[in-house]
Amino acid sequence: MHVLEMNHVEKSFNEQNVLRDISLSVKEGEILSVIGPSGSGKSTLLRCATMLEQMDKGELFYLGEKAAWNGNDGTTVYAKKEKLKEIQKNYGLVFQNFNLFPHMTVLNNIIDAPIHVQKRSREDAVKEAKELLQKMGLADKADAYPCQLSGGQCQRVAIARALALNPKILFFDEPTSALDPELTGEVLKVIKSLADLHIAMVIVTHEMAFARDISDRVIFMAEGVIVEEGTPDEVFASNNVRTQNFLGRYGDIL
Amino acid sequence: MAFTKILTQLAGGMWVSIQIFLVTLIFSLPLGLLVSFGRMSKNRVIEAIVKFYISVMRGTPLMLQLMVVYFGPYYLFGVKVGNGYRLWAAFIGFVINYAAYFAEIYRSGIQSMPAGQYEAAKLLGYSKNQTFFRIIFPQVVKRILPSVTNEVITLVKDTSLAFTISVLEMFAVAKALASSQTSLIPFVAAGLFYYVFNLVVAMLMEYIEKRMNYYQ
Repeated sequence: MHVLEMNHVEKSFNEQNVLRDISLSVKEGEILSVIGPSGSGKSTLLRCATMLEQMDKGELFYLGEKAAWNGNDGTTVYAKKEKLKEIQKNYGLVFQNFNLFPHMTVLNNIIDAPIHVQKRSREDAVKEAKELLQKMGLADKADAYPCQLSGGQCQRVAIARALALNPKILFFDEPTSALDPELTGEVLKVIKSLADLHIAMVIVTHEMAFARDISDRVIFMAEGVIVEEGTPDEVFASNNVRTQNFLGRYGDIL
Repeated sequence: MAFTKILTQLAGGMWVSIQIFLVTLIFSLPLGLLVSFGRMSKNRVIEAIVKFYISVMRGTPLMLQLMVVYFGPYYLFGVKVGNGYRLWAAFIGFVINYAAYFAEIYRSGIQSMPAGQYEAAKLLGYSKNQTFFRIIFPQVVKRILPSVTNEVITLVKDTSLAFTISVLEMFAVAKALASSQTSLIPFVAAGLFYYVFNLVVAMLMEYIEKRMNYYQ
């Protein structure tokens, strides 16, 4: 079964079509990278998938559950609030600029939602959070505040925070765009290490080498449409002119 | 007349001033939050009503508002109020006036919060209430603290306005003493009282601000 399925998604801002007839699906444990030039609609796609943005048209399913579909007038209708809350538990999002809660310690950032949203015991949540921090290489930062951390460390905390809710699928919105090359490396390493957790991941990124290495599948987007979709080898060796044009600039570093 | 004797005579007035100060803070701070919700309401009618309320509270003298609250029940509705209503009228007048100011301070703080905090909370499954009270409000408090300090210090001095409806607070007592003794010393004592009061308030607020400095 597909963890995520989006069909014929359309979205426009002020008459400008940002997403045009986008369809994609993600299988359990699959890693999908979305690449493309700035302004191609990648981030909007993630924001529609995570329901931070409402689609104009199209369908959205998580694990076969209907989150949104086309109503009689052809525009998107969303499921009831309670149903959406239920569906929302399936996914998490790692933001470009982290969006950690600055007034909470690293540990509290991670355990607050498990305790207050999922109603898990504090003991249990702390135990898991400590394990996650260990995995992120931040075991000694549990009591630090986000402002005391580097950007790379903040992003790793944000990843731990998202993982603490045990999502089936995790979205990354340009997770390293706000970081310098050195910090980018440590975050990418952590994301790679998640591959064996068998959580599906959808990663919007400008790190081409990373996308090629980690992905099961790559989508190349431009001007609001999916230009090309396939295995990393297929997309990166594509004959499509638009794809070649975009990747050409990365050719030297690959 | 000895200075200490003046102080003892002023003591009763001081207590009334402190009462007005405390009651105003205790009630107007939460009420202001409620008013700010109304001000930011998506319901246009609620928003318009609250906006009008705030503009009246900020656009007319507090002195006048106190008189309306005190004399209003009789002159508008013919309700006879006893002498005991005086202090209550002061409480009510101050609370509804300060709630309007605090509401605007809350609003500025809440609207300055980056959208990313709401989005992160939504993705983590927080309810609207949880998002506000666990994520947004604690950060708003830190942001608005300097403006609140300003307002609280103004309140200390504003308590003297209660004398317009003959509440025997500090300033009214000092005035009475000054004319009966034909001396300006009671005013000096009164000035000293407000200054020390505000010194304590400023120290307290500074302490709270420092306590909130655990993050940037």
